[in-house]
This record gives sequence, structure tokens and C-alpha cells, in this order.
Amino acid sequence: MAELSLTIDGQQVAVAEGATILDAARAAGVAIPTLCHDPDLEPYGGCRLCIVKVEGMRGMPPSCITKAADGMCVTTADEEIVAARRTVMRLLLADHPNDCLSRRGNLDCELQRLAKDMGVREHGLIPLTREGSIDQSNPVFVRDMNRCVLCARCVGACEQILGLGAIHFIRRGHATEVGTFMGGDIAQSTCESCGECVVHCPTGALAFREPPPEPEKEVASVCQYCGTGCSILMGVRGGKVVRARGNPEGPVNRGNLCVKGRFGAIEYVHHPERLTTPLIRREGELQEASWDEALDLVAEKLAPHKGDAFASFSSAKVANEDNYLMQKFTRAVMGTNSVDHCARL
Amino acid sequence: MTNPIADFSESEVILITGSNTTEAHPIIANRMRRAARAGTKLLVIEPRAIPLVDQASMFLRPRPGTDVAWINGLMHVIVKEGLADSEYIASRTEGFDEMAEMLKKFDPDTVAKITGIAADDLVAAARLFAGAKPASIAYAMGITQHITGTDNVKSLANLAMLTGNVGVVGGGVNPLRGQNNVQGACDLGALPNVYPGYQKVTDATVQKKFEQAWGVDLPAHVGLTVTEVLPGILAGKVKALYIMGENPMLSDPDTAHVEKALRAADLLVVQDIFLTETAKLADVVLPAASYVERDGTVTNTERRVQRTGKAIEPLGDSRADWEIICDLSTRMGYEMNYASVNEIMIEIAQVTPQYGGISYARLEAGETPCWPCPTADHPGTGVLHVGKFSRGLGHFHAIDFQAADELPDKDYPMILTTGRISAQFHTGTMSRKSPGLNALAPEAFVQVCPKDAAALGIQDGEKIRVRTRRGQIELKARHADMVDQGVIFIPFHFHEAAANVLTNTALDPIAKIPELKVCAAKMERL
Ligand code: SF4
Ligand code: SF4
Ligand code: SF4
Ligand code: FES
Repeated sequence: MAELSLTIDGQQVAVAEGATILDAARAAGVAIPTLCHDPDLEPYGGCRLCIVKVEGMRGMPPSCITKAADGMCVTTADEEIVAARRTVMRLLLADHPNDCLSRRGNLDCELQRLAKDMGVREHGLIPLTREGSIDQSNPVFVRDMNRCVLCARCVGACEQILGLGAIHFIRRGHATEVGTFMGGDIAQSTCESCGECVVHCPTGALAFREPPPEPEKEVASVCQYCGTGCSILMGVRGGKVVRARGNPEGPVNRGNLCVKGRFGAIEYVHHPERLTTPLIRREGELQEASWDEALDLVAEKLAPHKGDAFASFSSAKVANEDNYLMQKFTRAVMGTNSVDHCARL
Repeated sequence: MTNPIADFSESEVILITGSNTTEAHPIIANRMRRAARAGTKLLVIEPRAIPLVDQASMFLRPRPGTDVAWINGLMHVIVKEGLADSEYIASRTEGFDEMAEMLKKFDPDTVAKITGIAADDLVAAARLFAGAKPASIAYAMGITQHITGTDNVKSLANLAMLTGNVGVVGGGVNPLRGQNNVQGACDLGALPNVYPGYQKVTDATVQKKFEQAWGVDLPAHVGLTVTEVLPGILAGKVKALYIMGENPMLSDPDTAHVEKALRAADLLVVQDIFLTETAKLADVVLPAASYVERDGTVTNTERRVQRTGKAIEPLGDSRADWEIICDLSTRMGYEMNYASVNEIMIEIAQVTPQYGGISYARLEAGETPCWPCPTADHPGTGVLHVGKFSRGLGHFHAIDFQAADELPDKDYPMILTTGRISAQFHTGTMSRKSPGLNALAPEAFVQVCPKDAAALGIQDGEKIRVRTRRGQIELKARHADMVDQGVIFIPFHFHEAAANVLTNTALDPIAKIPELKVCAAKMERL
């Protein structure tokens, strides 16, 4: 691909053709605030927080949708740009519930972080009260349209990542919000409750009912719930798995998860009903036993059943290494080929 | 799958059949829908009006259990209209003439009588599929869980070869596997007829190779499948059964029969993470660590090998499945002294040609190769059968239509079909521990088309009884346009109303897969 060369804040950068000014700035290590921009989605250019100045161009074009061109000379921040961005931010906040900036518990809000980074604490405008809808119909997430900044990332996620389009902008003007096809509850729509839109929302407008804590570390794993092989990052905190999120580097899913992967990947791990000790049936009841007792008993009872009197069911839910050893045990130790698993079911 | 998942984006047409992809394989469905947005045409041929129908260019609705008929019908039209890929057939396949002879009787009108698909629709679908290059076929257990499951799969392979779509990017015959490591379990020889790498147990050279590798004498005859073991116990032939991570009490057809067999075994050992319905019947229960508590690898439906890393320590005294097997084996006098999964993978690579180049070192470096990956410097293989089939020439099978084992009649007038829903998984052992998933899918239900419901006066949400010759369950009826008249659908995840109390144990004679997708049933108001 052809290379372009341009100047960002006096710094020379080379980018591939098709790159935006924002891409070029990031390549040069220059930060530009963005809100509606989402690396997983097609450029939208709706919020205008990312405006810059380009020599020879009128006005301040949004850097996330303006293509870089050879020889371009870009200024990403001067007094005028910063002031314009602050105005954009103040307008966004004027339209926002005022408990938001002070609200705790929404630590991951991109909007709050941006406002703070830009030094905007109060909007100083007459608040515009909005009567956005609050949709509680989904059991795993809530949609509070009063907190929506119309960045379209949720719409883009559902449309471009899922190819579904369960949600759209509905109504017009100040009443515009994100809703379902007929404006009804999300639970009655084609929504699949996957939570992808929630992950992409930069505000508290879309929020999980049970937001997971921030983990101390993450370990890559693979979802257990179907043969697709989506990669999941298991977040660990205090020796427990507390969060599962799509691994952006997963070769199959690129961060995307379905409802099972998102809301079911870890919940069973620490469930009180987990088996934590061997059990042996004594006088008709399963009773706790040590590993030595249990395995010695199994070894003793299996010994007379070598050959076709023995059979094993291996599993489509355990690792390759477990399956390999189970078939090896069945064949080499028990002397039969009667090993199978529930592939057929 | 013969092709990678990403290939669906390269297809001009995707035929989706026997798969409710958005519920059972949502991330693959996302890929298909994205492809549809970009111009790929989806051709859905399914007894139920699945959600993907919304994105589909064409939807045909056959009666459950009539797959061979409509596939042969499509091929009849393709051959008759000269739409077959004659160059591909000549250079890469054999057996075409016998098959073409068989196809003669599957004219659209005959097929319409068997399947309920209108003759014109069949012709249009045949033109759509054969007119596209490349065209892909995706299927799941709606194709395999029939007494004719093997025939159904072979018929789809026939269709793909007839149109020159095997061995090309964006084409192929693509089974979507239901569980996360079905592929790996098969690859690594958890099957009664093959060693790891699909090497036949009846092949003397193979037997010798494994006898040398493992240092023991090995049995030369094929063992029993899951569906044969249980009758084997009742017949007194199988005395001891060791079950690792499976729950046949819910997943196998005819639960009453399964329970009887499991109780009849002299010794039942169950190794699992929960005290499942099956574990409750065991003589010894061994607690396994869950997959986040140990290292391992799994192989997905496109043959991609990926690592699952250990995130936390095993709970309580639970241990990794492989460690338990090693310990038991050593106690029985056959030493298994692997220090880690890494060492097991080294042995796997030595005896399994397809996994010859797979190692933890590569996986840790971020690679996720698809097998066959024979050597350490081999990048893995995305599309199978490029240029040549692994067996040489692709073989067409002449396959006749055979009706399902149990058809509706006066006493049991409905066809019952079973399957999955998106928010629960398999027998629910894991997914039903999630509050979120339980809130989304709290209880069993039966989908009934509104007309059938009205005929019996069944309200939406009313609890009813569904009865078959094997048993009965009570659950809520849901009015759903998704099912056709005369058909009802029950998901099999719920033990309190287990669909497999009802299902038929009749097996496909080759694959030994039970006919879970069709049996005769009736509904009764309580
Ligand atoms: S939860 Fe998933 S399906 Fe539902 S609207 Fe959000 S992205 Fe779309
Ligand atoms: S709901 Fe969130 S993601 Fe969607 S438009 Fe509003 S702020 Fe953006
Ligand atoms: S996240 Fe969904 S699609 Fe992906 S592997 Fe898990 S269950 Fe399958
Ligand atoms: S980030 Fe560029 S317009 Fe929103």
C-alpha cells in the first residue's frame, strides 16, 4: 500500500493510504480526544471532539473521519481548538443528568474521564432536561437514555459486529435517542442480550446490572459453550475469577462474545455446589473420602474388569490433553477400545 | 469444518441447514450476518423459521427428517439444468454416474410430496446455490441427529462436490460443532474405532506403532460407542464405566433407559466439576478442576488449536482431569509421569500426524494453528482438500431417501424436535449456575405454532404435558411462529423437564447418533 507523509504538530509521520488524521496522530504518539470514534467500528464522525486544524482547509474537520493526505500539515491543539472542544464537551454535559459527574460507581465512564482530562468540571449552561426513556426490560443490562450522548457506538456495534441492527436512532431533534425498531422494550426486540453494545458505550447509558470489578490480572482462555472457539480474558482478583471479557486478539472473535460467553463463562467456577473432594458410596450414600481412598478403590475395582467389560466416556468439554490420556488409559491400561464421548449429542 | 470460519465472508452463497446458528453458534452467525450485509446471500433450509431467516435471501421449510430428499432434489435440478461443475466432477471425483442415476427420481414434484417444499422454491434454491461461486454449506446437529445422519452429511458433501465447492476458499462443507472441544476429543482418539489422528484401531501397522509408543499390547477390535455402552451394561457385557465430564442422564435419549443402565453397572466412576444427575448415581465421584484452574489446549470447529491458561488454583481438593488419570493409571501399574500438559502435548505431536507441529512453545508465542499442522515450521491448514481430496478422488454416494424412525400417527400426531437456545448450554451443568443466563432463560418451554395451540385450546404460557411412547414431561407452551404446523420444539437444557425423557433412541447405523431431531409426540392440557 502506498505510503503518505504528513506533519502532525510539526512532527513528520508516514502512514498507509486510507489512514485518517487521527490514525496518523496516534502513530506519531499525539493524543486527540475522541468519543464516538471506536477502533472496532466504521468511522462515524458525530461528536466533533476530535476536531483539528489542517493548513489550507477551512474550519476544523473531525480527525477521525478526515483522510490523511500527502504533505498535509495538521495542528491538533491550539487555544482555538481546545476552546471549541471544551464547548462541545460542555454542550454534551448540559444535556446530561447532573448526578453523573459526581456519581461514583461508574468509574469506567469514558465521558467523565474525557471531561476531566479536558478540565471541564461544570458545563455552566442552563441544563436541558431530557425525558429519555429508561428500559429495564433486559435482565442483564439497563438502558438509560438520559445518559446517552448519541455517539452511535452501540448502534454501530450491533449493526457492524453482529450484523444484526437491533437498535437504531429513533425520533428526531432533541428527542432523538437509541431505541428498537418499533420503539418498544429491548426485551421484545430482536436483541440477543449479548452485551456488545454495553461494552462499546462510553457513558452510563448502557450499563450491566452487575458490573464486574477490575481484575488484577487477565489470563487468556477459550469459551466453553460451543465449538466456535472464542477467546476470553479471564480477569482474576484475590484468587478468584471475577470478570470475563472478549479477547481483542482472539483469532475467531476479536473481542466479540455472545450472551453465554459474556454472562456465563465464569459464574459456575466459584459456585457453592462445586465438587471439592472425592466421594465414595458407602451404605448407599455418597460420602467424602481422600484421594488415596478414592483412587485405590477405583484401581482395585477396575482391575478385574480389564478388556471389553470396561468402557469410558471421555468429554467434548475437557482439554485435548485430558482426552488423549483418557483414551490412552482405556486402551493401554484397560485393554479395550471402548472409549467415546458425546460428540453425537 | 473443511474451511475456516472467516471464509464465510468470502462466500457468495451460504446454505445454512440443521443449524439455528444465532442461538447455538452466535459468533459464527455474526460472521454470516456481516457477510450478508456485504452481499453474501444466505439460503436457509430449516424446519424452523430461525432468526437468520431475517437476513436470508431465501428460506425453505422442509418437514423434519426429510433432508436426503431435498438435497437430492436440489442436485436433480442442478444436473438437469446443466448447472453442475462438470470440469470439477471429471477431474476430482468418482461415482457421479451412479449418483446421477439415483437423483433421477427426485424430481421437484416428488420432493415436494416428501418434504413439503414447493417445487418452484426447490428449483429457485438449486439455481441460487449452483449459480454462486464459491458457495458454502454450514450445518449442525439438525443434520446429524437422525437415523439417516450419515446419509444427510454425505448428501451435503455430494452437493458441494457437484458444484465444485470443496477445496476452495469460501466454499466447503462446514459442520458447526456443538461443544467447545468436540473436535479435539475426536482428533485425539476419544472414539472407539480410531487412535489419535483418526488412525484406525483395526490397522495392524497403526496398532504396532501405538504398541511401541506406549509399550503395551493393544486390542485390535473396535470398541463400543456411547450409545452402545448403555445397552451393553444391561446385557451384562460391560461391568465398569468411567465417565469424565459428561452427563448422559440429560444428554442421551430416553432418560429412563439411561438411568436403568447406569444403576446396573458394577462400578460407575464419574469425574466432574459438579454433582451432576449422572454423578449422583456413581459409586465413586472424582472432583475435577475447572478449565480456569489448569492449563490445556482445545481445538475449535475450524480445527484451530488454542491454549486455555490457568487463571486460579484448583478449588478445594479438585485436580486437573489429566492429573487424576495419571494418578489412577500409575496406581494400576502403568506409570504415567507427565509433569505438565506440555509433556502430554509433546507425546501427542509424536503420535498424531495432524498435530505433529503443535507445541506449547508455538501457542505461547501467540500462534493458533489449524491442523493439519505436521511439522514445527508448518503454518497450519485453513482450507482442506485444495487441489486433491485427502483420499485422492472425492467419492459421490448414491443415497436414497429413508423416512424417520418414528413418524406422527393418530395417537402421537406431532413431530417433536429438540435443540439449543442461546442463553443455556448443553445439559445446563455450567450455564445454569449463571444468574444472568437464568434470568434470560429461566425455564423449559415447548414451542407450538399458534394454529396447533388454538386447535387444542392451549394458551401462550400455559403449562401442558408433552407425551411420547417413552415418557412425558410438563412444561410451559410458548406460541411461536418459528415452528411449522404439526411440529413442536423443546430445548434440552432443563433437567426438570428434560426433553430426552421423550426422545427416540433409534440410531444412525454408522455414526450411532440417536434420532433426537424427530419423534412422534402429543400435547395434553393439564
Ligand atoms: S445486546 Fe447485543 S443484540 Fe442486543 S442491542 Fe446490544 S449489541 Fe445488539
Ligand atoms: S447508548 Fe451509549 S453507545 Fe449508544 S449512542 Fe448513547 S452513549 Fe453512545
Ligand atoms: S462466546 Fe458464544 S459463540 Fe463464542 S464460543 Fe462462547 S458460546 Fe460460542
Ligand atoms: S471522535 Fe471524531 S467525531 Fe467523534
